[in-house]
Amino acid sequence: MKTIPELSDWALELIRLASTRLPADIRESLAKGRASEVENSPAAATLGTILENIDLAEKLSTPICQDTGTPVFYVQHPWDFPAAQFKAAFTEAVKVATTKNYLRPNAVDSITGKNSGDNTGDHFPAVYFEQWDREDEVRVDLMLKGGGSENTGAQYALPHAGLGAGRDLDGVRKVILDAVVNAQGKGCGPAVLAVCIGGDRSSGYALAKKQILRPLGDKNPDPVLAALEDEITEKANSLGIGPMGFGGMTTVLGTKITSAHRVPASFFVSIIYMCWAARKQAMIIRGGEVSYD
Amino acid sequence: MIKLKTPITEEKIRSLKVGDVVSLSGVFITARDAAHKYMIDEWLDKEPRGEDAELRAILGPLLDGGVIYHCGPVVRQDEKGKWHFVAAGPTTSAREEPYQHRVIGQLGVRAVIGKGGMGEMTLDACVKHGAVYLHAVGGAASLIAQQVVEVEDVYKTEFGLPEAFWRIRVEDFQCVVTMDSHGESLHKKVLQDSRKRYEEIFGA
Repeated sequence: MKTIPELSDWALELIRLASTRLPADIRESLAKGRASEVENSPAAATLGTILENIDLAEKLSTPICQDTGTPVFYVQHPWDFPAAQFKAAFTEAVKVATTKNYLRPNAVDSITGKNSGDNTGDHFPAVYFEQWDREDEVRVDLMLKGGGSENTGAQYALPHAGLGAGRDLDGVRKVILDAVVNAQGKGCGPAVLAVCIGGDRSSGYALAKKQILRPLGDKNPDPVLAALEDEITEKANSLGIGPMGFGGMTTVLGTKITSAHRVPASFFVSIIYMCWAARKQAMIIRGGEVSYD
Repeated sequence: MIKLKTPITEEKIRSLKVGDVVSLSGVFITARDAAHKYMIDEWLDKEPRGEDAELRAILGPLLDGGVIYHCGPVVRQDEKGKWHFVAAGPTTSAREEPYQHRVIGQLGVRAVIGKGGMGEMTLDACVKHGAVYLHAVGGAASLIAQQVVEVEDVYKTEFGLPEAFWRIRVEDFQCVVTMDSHGESLHKKVLQDSRKRYEEIFGA
């Protein structure tokens, strides 16, 4: 595959779209949530404000949320692929996006506390590459993952004595819903819950986070996980936490679960909490042309 | 809708109850993680000196009877060097829990705006000193930025732009009282109710 001179411009547009335009499925789900809440309740008012903000951000081309988060790029690419060029283009695009206020300067040196000012730094932005079998097609999924929601993510090791959660699906249910109760309004719900059952400490979180890329309305091909997803969403919405923790029925917009083999000694359940401002955008490069999904 | 103007009197604050919708106008100071740690370390744990004393002399009178907004905005600087808020929703307030009660008690702050609510120490300080916690809608950043009519000044930009103290003038900034000076907290109630419901689900 040849290098692409326009790549950083294309990536800049990817960032702009991700920061300022919420995916249609999330917006629809929020609107549905508002319709289900009691008229004039704090939950309905909060969802109304959220929907108004989404429309305004798209119109003004300004960030939906001021916490534009960690930019996370997931790249799927053919076998012959200029990975270094893509990484450099993302870094450049992130810098330009920061000057254009699509992104807030968010990269802080963890040792000195200094903000780099341009959203670049060690492992920042985050870029993950995965080879696929398509010949002349690259897909880049960008996720902007805000800090407030990231802080409410949790990883449990089963068994969990405090919750009476054993090494089975019932234990999995208990810890996922415990994470939702602990999050309250701190993670800016209604949330998308992304979960990995199994794996190790790092693969668990990584696989869970990727689940956020799934469309809300898709169906898990594994019937056991598909049923678990629906059940978790339904039970979470019976907790009464509501949008922003104000009370109400719309606590979770959807649940996405995957699993990974684990060693006999470990049984992790890794939960990523995605805020209602679930900013994600795909860019597809095919035959030298770019399109945004 | 209850209209409030900064500086806010204790009497006004004491009249507010959880669930009240308020509209604020006047001056807010944004302060989040670095700013709260700074106020405690450099102003309250010791006698401030030099630049720290100067900054306290500027911000102290605005915080007394004033409003702190937990916010790290997206900002734009125009050709003349003037700053503007582009996106400015609230950040999670719980991280300021170790500091907030002292900032309320020792600096006279009457209202703290954020999201997600705060804990017992802050609630106690609201009761003791006459303060409230106000909830803005998390993530509603483009919309909320419209209520910021002027950025008057900025201090401590070395903390990074999201972490600096922004002195802003707002008009008709709407939020909901979720923790009041009578010891009521919506967050406490929703947490207790949802934990109870959790236990019902699993038959504990």
